[in-house]
Amino acid sequence: MDLKELEDIPKSYLKEILQSLSKIEKLKKIPFFTGIHFKDAEKDLMQKVEGYKRVERDARRVWKIVELSRNEKRPQCRDYIDSIFENFVNLCGDRLGGDDKSIITGLGKIDGRTVAVIGHNKGKDIKERMEYNFGMSLPQGYRKSQRVMKLADRFGFPIITFIDTPGAYPAIEAEDNGQAGAIAKSISVMFEVKVPVIAILIGEGGSGGALALAIGNEVAMLENSTYSVISPEGCAAILWKNSTGTKLAARELRLTSRNLRKIKVIDKIIPEPFGGAQNAPERMIKIVRRYIIGALRRYDGVPGEQLKSGRAEKFESMGFFNYG
Amino acid sequence: MEKFKCENCNKDIDSEIFILNLRVCPYCNYHHNINARDRLQITVDNNSFIELGKNINSEDFLGFYDVKSYDTRLKEARLKTGIDEAIVVGEAKIEGYDVALGVMDFRFMGGSMGSVVGEKIRILANHSIDKGTPLAIFCTSGGARMQEGAISLMQMAKTVSSINRVKENNNLYISVITNPTSGGVSASFATLADIVIAEPNSLFCFAGPRVIKQIIKKNPPADFGSSERNLKNGQVDMIVNRSDLKKTLVDILRLFK
Repeated sequence: MDLKELEDIPKSYLKEILQSLSKIEKLKKIPFFTGIHFKDAEKDLMQKVEGYKRVERDARRVWKIVELSRNEKRPQCRDYIDSIFENFVNLCGDRLGGDDKSIITGLGKIDGRTVAVIGHNKGKDIKERMEYNFGMSLPQGYRKSQRVMKLADRFGFPIITFIDTPGAYPAIEAEDNGQAGAIAKSISVMFEVKVPVIAILIGEGGSGGALALAIGNEVAMLENSTYSVISPEGCAAILWKNSTGTKLAARELRLTSRNLRKIKVIDKIIPEPFGGAQNAPERMIKIVRRYIIGALRRYDGVPGEQLKSGRAEKFESMGFFNYG
Repeated sequence: MEKFKCENCNKDIDSEIFILNLRVCPYCNYHHNINARDRLQITVDNNSFIELGKNINSEDFLGFYDVKSYDTRLKEARLKTGIDEAIVVGEAKIEGYDVALGVMDFRFMGGSMGSVVGEKIRILANHSIDKGTPLAIFCTSGGARMQEGAISLMQMAKTVSSINRVKENNNLYISVITNPTSGGVSASFATLADIVIAEPNSLFCFAGPRVIKQIIKKNPPADFGSSERNLKNGQVDMIVNRSDLKKTLVDILRLFK
C-alpha cells in the first residue's frame, strides 16, 4: 500500500490503519503462516481506507457549511426585521429585573397581519458582539421571549422566530439566575400557545439556546444553517478528547439542513443564493419573506387547539428506537 | 472487610456500613451515585414496582462513530449496568400512595438522554394522566446523548411537551435532583416540576464547571451549581438527605391526596 493514500483519511483513524498494516506485514514475514489470504486482507484494508477517505471528504464538505453558517456577513435577525416587517415595535425587558440584547422581541406587520417576532442578535461589529454576548442569551432573554409569546397568544398573533446562536451563555451569573429553568420554560410556553409558530434557523442553531425558540408548527432551516445538540468543537473535546476530531464531529452530528430534513427534525429547507446568503443578503431576505407569507397563509384559519396539539404531536413523535 | 473510599473526603468506609447508609458517606454526608434498581428498592413499597416501556431499545440510527460506534457503546453499557437504558420507568406505591415513577441511572452512558429516555418519559407521562396519579422522576444526567445528534436535542422538547400535559391534567409532578444533573435534562423536564427536591451537595446546572472555566479562564467557585447554591438562588424547593427522601415524598403526596 502506498502510504500517500493515508494522507486523505481523518487523523483519528490513522492509528487504526497503521496498526492493521503493521500486523499484516508482521504476519507476512512468518514463513509458513497461511492463516490469512494476504491479498484479501490488503484489499479489505484498502476498502476501509477508501471508506475513510469518503468520510474525510464528507467531513470537509460539512465543515464548509459550518463555516458558512457562522459567516459574519450573513443577514441577521434585525436585517430580516428591517426589510420584512412593517411598523416594527421593539419590546424590551423580562419584567423580572432584566433585559438581554442578545434577543430581539417585538411586534410588526407582514402581509396585512400583526405577528410577534423573536430572534437572536449576534451583533455587527466587535463592540456590538461583546454587548450582545455573540448571540448567546441569558435567562433574561428567554424570559423576555416568554413574555412576548404570551402576549402574542392573548391577541392571536402568529409567532415568527429567527434562530442564530452558538448556544446559551455559559456564565456563573446566568446559572445563578436559573439558565436551565429559563430555557425549559421557554420550550414549555411555546408548547402552550394557540397561534401559528414559524421557526426559522438562519445561522447557527446551538443546542438548548436555539431549541428555546424553535418549537414551531413548522421549522425551517436556511440551506447553509446548522442545528446541533452540541457544537462540533464541544463534541470533539468530549468524544475525541482533542480538536483533531472537530470536522469529523460536525459530520457525525448530522447538523446540516439536508441531514435534518431527512430525519424529519425540520420541515423545510430554504434555498440560499449561490455560494451562501452572505453573497446576496437582500435576495436572501426576499426569499425568507416569501416563505413566511406562504407559511402564514397555510396556517390561516387553523383552530388554536389544533395548532397546539399539532405541535405537541410533532415533537412527541421524534425519536428512533425499536421494540424487541 | 472491604473498604470504599469516599469521593469527597477520601476517608475509608466499611462496605457494609456504606451500603447500610444508602451509599452516603457517614463522615461527610457526601451522597454517592446510586443505581436505578437500588433507588427503587429504598423508595417504593416492596414488590410494588411494575415496569413500563420495558421492551424499547435504542438504535444507532445515524451510524455515529467517534472512537467507537454508538452501537458498541450501547452494548457495553447494557452489559455493564444490567439495564437497557438510562431511565427505568413504571408505576409504584410509596407507603400506599400510587405514583408514576421514573428513575435515571448515571452509569448508563452518563445518564445521557436519547430517544429511549424521551419515549419512556412520554409513556410515563401518559400513564400518570391515564391513572390520575402524581408523577415523580429521579434525575441524573451529563446531558443529551450526542450520538443521536439533533434527535436527542428534540427529546428536550418531547419531554417538556409530555410534562405540560401531565400538569394540564392537574397531576402533581415532583423531580428529585441527584448528582449530577446537567445539560439538556436540566433545561427540560428536571426544572419544570411543581416541587423540586435536591439531594445535598449535588451538581445541578446547565453548563458544567469545565465549560464555565473555559469561558471565564479561571476556576468557578467551589459551590458552583451545588444544591445549596441553587437553594439560595431560588431554583429548588428543598434539600433532603437520601435517608429522609421517602418520608418527604410521602409527606408531600399526603398533602395532594
